[in-house]
Amino acid sequence: MPICRRILLPVPSRILFDMSLVFDIKRYSINDGPGIRITIFLKGCPLSCLWCHNPEGISVHKQKMYTAKRCLGCGMCVNRCPSGALSLTEQGIRTDHSLCVLCGTCADICPANAMELSGRSYTVAELMKEIEKELVFMDQSGGGVTFCGGEPLMHPGMLMELLRQCGQKEIHRAVDTTLFARREIIEQVMPETDLFLVDLKHMDTKKHQRFCGVPNELILSNLQYLAASGKEFLIRIPLIGGINTDDENLLQTTAFLRDLPGEKKTVHLLPYHDIAKGKHEKLGSVYNSQGISLSCPSREVQDKWVSFMQEHGLSVSVGG
Amino acid sequence: MTTTITHQEVPVDLPVHTATEETNACGMNNRIKRLRKLTFETQPSLSIERALIETRFYKENYGKYPIPVLRALNFLEICKQKTIYIGEDELIVGERGPQPKAVPTFPELTCHSVEDLHVLNTRELQRYTISQEEIDTYEREVIPYWKGKTQRERIFSHVPDSWRSLYEAGLFTEFMEQRAPGHTALDGKIYQTGLLDLKERIEKELENLDFIHDPEATDKQEELTGMSISCDAAILFAERHADLAEEMAAKEKNPERVAELRKIAEVCRRVPAHAPRTFHEAIQMYWFIHLGTITELNGWDAMNPGHFDQHLAPFYEKEVAAGLLTREEAKELLCCFWIKVNNQPAPPKVGITAKESGTYNDFTNINIGGVKPDGSDGVSEVSYIMLEIIGELHILQPGSSIHISARTPERFLRVGCKVIRQGNGYPSVFNPDVYIQEMLRQGKSLQDAREGGCSGCIEVGAFGKEAYLLTGYLNVPKILEVTLNNGYDPVSGKLVSIQTGDPKDFSSFEELYEAFLKQLNYIVEQKVAVSNYIDRMFAKYAPATFLSLFIDDCIAKGKDYYDCGPRYNTTYIQCTGLGTITDSLSVIKKHVFEDQIFSMEELLEAVAGNFEGKEPVRQFILNRTPFFGNDDPYADELAVRVYNDLYSAIDGKPNTKGETFHLNMLSTTCHVYFGKVLGATPNGRLAGTTISDGTSPSHGADTHGPSAVIKSLGKLDQVKSGGTLLNQRFLPKLLKSDEDIAKLSSLIRSYFALGGHHIQFNIVDSETLYAAQKTPENYRDLLVRMAGYSDYFNDMNADLQADIITRTQQDSF
Repeated sequence: MPICRRILLPVPSRILFDMSLVFDIKRYSINDGPGIRITIFLKGCPLSCLWCHNPEGISVHKQKMYTAKRCLGCGMCVNRCPSGALSLTEQGIRTDHSLCVLCGTCADICPANAMELSGRSYTVAELMKEIEKELVFMDQSGGGVTFCGGEPLMHPGMLMELLRQCGQKEIHRAVDTTLFARREIIEQVMPETDLFLVDLKHMDTKKHQRFCGVPNELILSNLQYLAASGKEFLIRIPLIGGINTDDENLLQTTAFLRDLPGEKKTVHLLPYHDIAKGKHEKLGSVYNSQGISLSCPSREVQDKWVSFMQEHGLSVSVGG
Repeated sequence: MTTTITHQEVPVDLPVHTATEETNACGMNNRIKRLRKLTFETQPSLSIERALIETRFYKENYGKYPIPVLRALNFLEICKQKTIYIGEDELIVGERGPQPKAVPTFPELTCHSVEDLHVLNTRELQRYTISQEEIDTYEREVIPYWKGKTQRERIFSHVPDSWRSLYEAGLFTEFMEQRAPGHTALDGKIYQTGLLDLKERIEKELENLDFIHDPEATDKQEELTGMSISCDAAILFAERHADLAEEMAAKEKNPERVAELRKIAEVCRRVPAHAPRTFHEAIQMYWFIHLGTITELNGWDAMNPGHFDQHLAPFYEKEVAAGLLTREEAKELLCCFWIKVNNQPAPPKVGITAKESGTYNDFTNINIGGVKPDGSDGVSEVSYIMLEIIGELHILQPGSSIHISARTPERFLRVGCKVIRQGNGYPSVFNPDVYIQEMLRQGKSLQDAREGGCSGCIEVGAFGKEAYLLTGYLNVPKILEVTLNNGYDPVSGKLVSIQTGDPKDFSSFEELYEAFLKQLNYIVEQKVAVSNYIDRMFAKYAPATFLSLFIDDCIAKGKDYYDCGPRYNTTYIQCTGLGTITDSLSVIKKHVFEDQIFSMEELLEAVAGNFEGKEPVRQFILNRTPFFGNDDPYADELAVRVYNDLYSAIDGKPNTKGETFHLNMLSTTCHVYFGKVLGATPNGRLAGTTISDGTSPSHGADTHGPSAVIKSLGKLDQVKSGGTLLNQRFLPKLLKSDEDIAKLSSLIRSYFALGGHHIQFNIVDSETLYAAQKTPENYRDLLVRMAGYSDYFNDMNADLQADIITRTQQDSF
C-alpha cells in the first residue's frame, strides 16, 4: 500500500520539508472556518475519494492541467516542448505522458493559460507573506488562515512551521483534515492549531475503503483522541446520494459523534455538487471512476439528517 | 471594530427580492402600493409650461431689472402660474411639472431644437414623451426668442478650437453646457428657520449695506433683493397647494381623505414660511425647498436633503414620545417623500452630455447614519425606517447611502448589508472617517466637515455650506492613447493635442511616462480654462437666488451660490479609467521595456489593428501582466503613481472664486461613452468597449477576489481626492446566511480601515441578467448598480448591459 507507506515515514526534519507544493490560495474565503480567511491548499492526499472536488490535490507531484476551451491552437507549446511530448490535434493539445517530464515550459509559454501546471513550490516565508496580505480582513472579521488540501497533515514539517509562525502573529489557525495521519503528527500539530475542520465521509470502513481508498479506523480513533483532548473541532460531512446518505450511515455517524467526548459538537453538512467534473477533464483523469450514481440529496434527506442529528444534541447546519 | 449592539429590536429580515416580483407588498400599505404603482408606470414626459411662462416673462422684462432680481421675478412668475398638482392618496405634495414625471425645460440654459424634441420623444432609452402640438408651440413661442441668448450658445461661442478638438475627440466632457452647476445638499438649518425668518435676516443685511465704503454694495443689494423675492415665490407656491387642498376637501366625500386634505392645507400654510413643528411639516418643508431649487434651475444632481435621518430624528422622537405619531405613520410619510423624489426624472440631455450620464436618475442621494456635527453616532430609529423603505420600495430614486464610521453600530451596518443583499444596488456605503479628512485637507472646519457627506454619486461636500461643482469627466486612458500617437487621435486621425514625441523613439518607460504627463497637464489646463469661463457665465447670467438662501454664508455675504456666496467653493474634475490606464502602462513597462517580449512598434501595431489576427498577443497580455486590483505591488505602484499625478495636475488649479480645483475619481455612465471614443488599449481591451469605472479595476482584471481588490484600492491615498468609487459585484450565493452578511460587513470595515472612501455592491447573477436581456418584460423592476448610482437594467443600453454582465463575478466558491 504505497499510500500508507507514505504516511508511515518518520516525521521529517524541517529543513527537508521547508518547501511544499501549493495548488491554490484562496482569499476572501468564507466557508472554511470563522470570519474572513485565507485558505492554503497543500498538494497531496492519502485519500482518493470518488467525488473529490479538488482532484489536483491528490497527487503530491506537479500536474499538468489543460483547458481546451481556452486553447487558441497557436501551437507555441508544441514547438517549444523540450521533450517533444505535445502534439496539436483536432481536440486541441495532446500530451504523451510517457515523454512529459513536467518541466512546465508549455505552461510558461501558453498565452491563454490553457496549459497550466498545478502545484507551485512555496517556502514558509513566501506563504507567510501571502497570509499576511489578509491581516486586515482577519482582524476585522475574526478570521484567520485555513490549511487545507489535499491533506495538510501530509506536510507536517512545513505545516508545523507555518502554524507556529501564524501563532506568533496571533493569526487564528484552522486545519482542514481527514485525520488520516499518524497519531504523533496529530499530537504535534494540536497545540499549534486553534480549530480542526474534520472531514468525515463514511462510518463503514469497507465502504470507506471502497469510496475513499483507505479504511476509516485510523480516522475515527484520531477523532476520538482529538475530542478527548478538548481541542475545538467541527465535523464536515459531504452528503452524497448513492454513497453515504442512507439511514444506517446516518445512525452510525450520529451515534459516533454523540458519544464523542466534549460539550458542543458542531456538524456542517455539505450537499454534493459535481463542480469537480471540469477539473478532471483538465487533468485528463476520469471523474467518478467506479461509475457510481452520485447525486445531491433531496431537501427531505438533508432535513432528515439535520433533525436527527439535532435530536441527539449535535449542532448542525447545511453548507458553510 | 464596533460589535456592541445596542439598538432596540426592529424587524431586520427583509424579504429577498426576486426580479419578477413587481410590487413587493411587504410592509407597504395600500396607499403606498398605489402611489408606487403610479410612479412606476408613469412614462417621463416633457412639460413646456415652464418654458412658456419664462419666455413670456423674459420677453416682457429682460433689461428692466438687474439679473438677480430678474431671475427671482422669473421664479416668482413660475410659482404663481404653474399648474398645481395634488394626487389622490398623496400626503406630501408638490411636483416640479404639472403632474408626476413631467419634466420642464430650461431654455435659458439650453433651448432644445425641434429636432432635439423629436429625438427625446422617440429615442429608445431615456425617452421623454411630448405631443406634436406642444412641439409646434415650442417652435413658435419659445425657440425664436432664445436663439443666440442661451447659456449653451454663450459657452460654445467662446471656447477655443484647441478645447473643442479635445472635447470632440472625447478627452473630457463638460457638465455645464446643458445644466447648471448643482451638487448641493442641505444641512439642518431649514428645520429651525422659516422663509419669513430668512426674509427678516435679508432685510437686516440690506439695511446694513455700506454704499460709501463697500464697492460691492450695489451688487449685494441686487442679490439680496432677489433672495427676498425668492422667499415670496416659494411661500406663494405652498399657499397655492394649501388653496387647492382646501378646494379638494370641500368636494371630497370620503371623510378620511377630507381630513388628510385639510391636514395638507394646514401643513402648506405653515411651511416653508415658518419653521416646521412636526415630522410631517419637516418633510414637506424640505420638499418645497427641493422643488424650488429644481424649478429655479436644472442643477446637476438635483438637490439633496443631506443627513435626512439626523434632521428628522428629533421630530420623530418628540412626537412618538408624546403619542402624536406612530412608527407606521412616520414610515408612510417617508414613503410618500421617497415616491415624490422618484416622480422627478432628470432633465433631458442631448448629445455628448446624454451619453456621459444616460439615465432618468437625478442623483438625490439620501445619507443615512454617519456622524453628527459633534462627532457622535448619527444612527437613529429614523435611519432604520429608511433602510426598511429602501428594501421595500425598489424605486430608482432617491439613491441612498449608509455612512459607516468606526463608531457606527455594527447592527446598523448589518441591517444595511441585508438591504444590499436584495440586489437593488442601494444603499452604497461611505466612510465618514475618511471623507471628513478629505474635507479637512481642503480647509473646512471640523464641524462643517462632519456635517458633510455625499451628494450625487460619490462626491462629498460640507452640506449647507459649500458649492462643490463637478465640471466634467476626464478620459485618462484616452490621454495615454493620444500620447502613444504623438498628439493625434487615432479614431479620427486628427491632431487634437500637443506633440510629445513618437513613442517608437522612446528608450525607456520613463520617457513615455513623461510624455503622458505633458499631455495630461496640457489637457487639464484646457479644461480648467473653459470651466472658469463657464463659472463666470453662471455667476453673471444665472444666479440661483433661491438656492442661495439655504447655503451659508450667501445671505451674510450678499453673494450668490454661483458667485462666492458659499463658505466653501470647490471645483472638481472627475477622472475615469484608472484601471484601464494602469493595466496599459503595466503592459508597456513590463513587456516592452523590461522583458522585451514585444517592441513598442509591435504593440502599437496590434493596438492600432484592434488586435485582429493577434489573439495570442492579446491573450498573453491578459494572462501575463500584473493588473490593478490583485494586491500586486507592480501594478498597484503604477496605479498610485498615476493617481498621484492626476492629483498634482488638477489639485490647486485656481477656480474663479479664490479657491481651487480638486481631484475626483468617478464615472457615472461616462466610462461607456469614453470607451466608445477610444481605440483598443495596450491592456488588451478592444476598441469601443467600456473602460474601467471610477477607481475600480478593469473588467475581468481582478482575479484574486474582493479582498485583493480592496487591498489594491487601499494603497491610494484617498484623502487627496474628493471621492473615489469602487464597484464590487457579488453573486447572491455569497450572501445567503447571516454569517455571510457579517463577513460582508467585515469586508466593508476592512476597506474603510485601509482608508477607503466608498464601496458599492451589485448583487446579481449572470443568469438573471441574461434572462433579463431575453425577456425584459419579466424583469421590469430589476435595479442594477452602475458606477455611482442604480438604474433599471432594462433602461440601460446594450453596452451598459454587457458591461454589467462582464464585470468580474466575485464568486469565491
